[in-house]
Amino acid sequence: MGSITLTPIAPGSQNMVLSMGPQHPSTHGVLRVILELDGETVVKVTPEIGYLHTGIEKTAEGKTFHQAITLTDRIDYLCPLTNNLVYVLAVEKLLQLEAPPRARFIRVMLNELTRLNSHLVWLGTHAMDIGAFSVFLYCFREREELLKIFEMASGQRMMTSYFRVGGLALEPPLGFFERIRKFISYFPARVDEYEALLTENNIWKGRTQGVGYISAADAIAWGCTGPVARASGVNWDLRRDNPYSDYDKFQFNVPVRTDGDVYARYMVRVQEMRESVKIVQQSLDGVPEGPVRADAPHVVLPDRERMKTEMEALIYHFKIVTEGFRVPAGEAYQAVESPRGESAYYVVSDGTQHPFRMYVRSPSFAHLQALPAMCAGRLIADVVAVIGSVDIVLGETDR
Amino acid sequence: MIPEQIQSIPEAAGLEAHDPAVLAGGKLELGELTLEVAPARIVDACRWFRQQGYDLLSSITATDWAPVEPRFRVTYHLYSVPQKKRLRLAARVSGDNPAIDSVIPVWPCANWYEREVWDMFGVHFNGHPSLRRILMPDDWEGHPLRKDYPIEGIR
Repeated sequence: MGSITLTPIAPGSQNMVLSMGPQHPSTHGVLRVILELDGETVVKVTPEIGYLHTGIEKTAEGKTFHQAITLTDRIDYLCPLTNNLVYVLAVEKLLQLEAPPRARFIRVMLNELTRLNSHLVWLGTHAMDIGAFSVFLYCFREREELLKIFEMASGQRMMTSYFRVGGLALEPPLGFFERIRKFISYFPARVDEYEALLTENNIWKGRTQGVGYISAADAIAWGCTGPVARASGVNWDLRRDNPYSDYDKFQFNVPVRTDGDVYARYMVRVQEMRESVKIVQQSLDGVPEGPVRADAPHVVLPDRERMKTEMEALIYHFKIVTEGFRVPAGEAYQAVESPRGESAYYVVSDGTQHPFRMYVRSPSFAHLQALPAMCAGRLIADVVAVIGSVDIVLGETDR
Repeated sequence: MIPEQIQSIPEAAGLEAHDPAVLAGGKLELGELTLEVAPARIVDACRWFRQQGYDLLSSITATDWAPVEPRFRVTYHLYSVPQKKRLRLAARVSGDNPAIDSVIPVWPCANWYEREVWDMFGVHFNGHPSLRRILMPDDWEGHPLRKDYPIEGIR
């Protein structure tokens, strides 16, 4: 977190220092950006973070591996299911346990719906920052249905905790797949509506084209991943290049643009929404029958029904809930393609029931650090467009 | 001296051939390659791997193994975008005035990661241009992710 005193400027300079945030509508949370301005031109940008730091990594060390799942939701409130996934995959790697095929398919399905959810919030707020208010209302209409779908499966709209080590919490309820099928049947037409409002809009193009440029080499040097890197011409997607959770069984394209500006990031994300719909469609068509939880009684909680009739199941349940399961000593770094980029958990176990260390590599942290590289020399209004275009979530930046 | 298990892996063999003083050990576990690097040579190792195509620094973090000495283990997660491969470098740092060289000359994005490790673990990065707290307030005392810092905080 930044010091209270503003950065001193050179003596004799006519420049002005402006503190934008921490409470500013276009900072998407509590981010403070200290701007040094020469008139309307930005000379220097210094992002200050830490206002949302809640010590999740430290808290996790006091929880069992099972309890820590609920903390992962709270890291990124726009894609809780992605964070559930990356954490359980890391722990499963340490346990050398694999979720059953049905669970893996449902994980992919829900992850792509989460990507849609996150991109809808990004598009709505980003467009609102730049002055196109109506897009926000369109996006939140579809997002509402997505949240209802998540609620249907997990009982929660946002803090889902639906993925568990070894599979899913529960088999999805009746009518779940039909509801998703109905959603994706009309969703591509809704993306056309957003595009009709923005893609060829002259004001939108004027505010976004050529703004916030970052080259491919700079993007990699600053640790940019995901849509930000792909908009600069880096052809890299973890779902395709380092597949996890059966992503290698799905056919999809990875949209890449080479302009590296705010408009390119917009185009990449809009195209990604269309690709996500394809993945959801394939997962709906191919979801296999079978259990949603792995056969590993020492790790996976037993069925409620079995608990009422079998002594062993009751004992396992008691032990997992009170003591937690032990995870062999070791370290695992699991990365997934979150809506924002490479989201990774580095989980270290010392052989006990508690994570010895749970480090969260969040894409927003890296992208915020690249903000000065994208904004220097531009107008102050462009800073707002750039912050919106990198799609930051302060929850996962500060953790 | 490289362990037998990783002798045939090009990353380990190449680094050993480049400079035998850098590599202090390593392992291949759960499909993840870890190379232990002598802390004094971390910048050399990072620069060499960047030249070998490991162009993206995913993260820098640390773990506190108190009371074991050397107490801190600073880990660097590297990724090669052209080869789609991942690599972990680790350096053990003593608990007594912990310090290691900054890798900002190799990757500019190391800046915030090193500030975070300083903030959370108190590991000093030599040559860092502005090593100050990043997540905790400036006047905070102690380094929260150290194992001797209580989870409920100091009251």
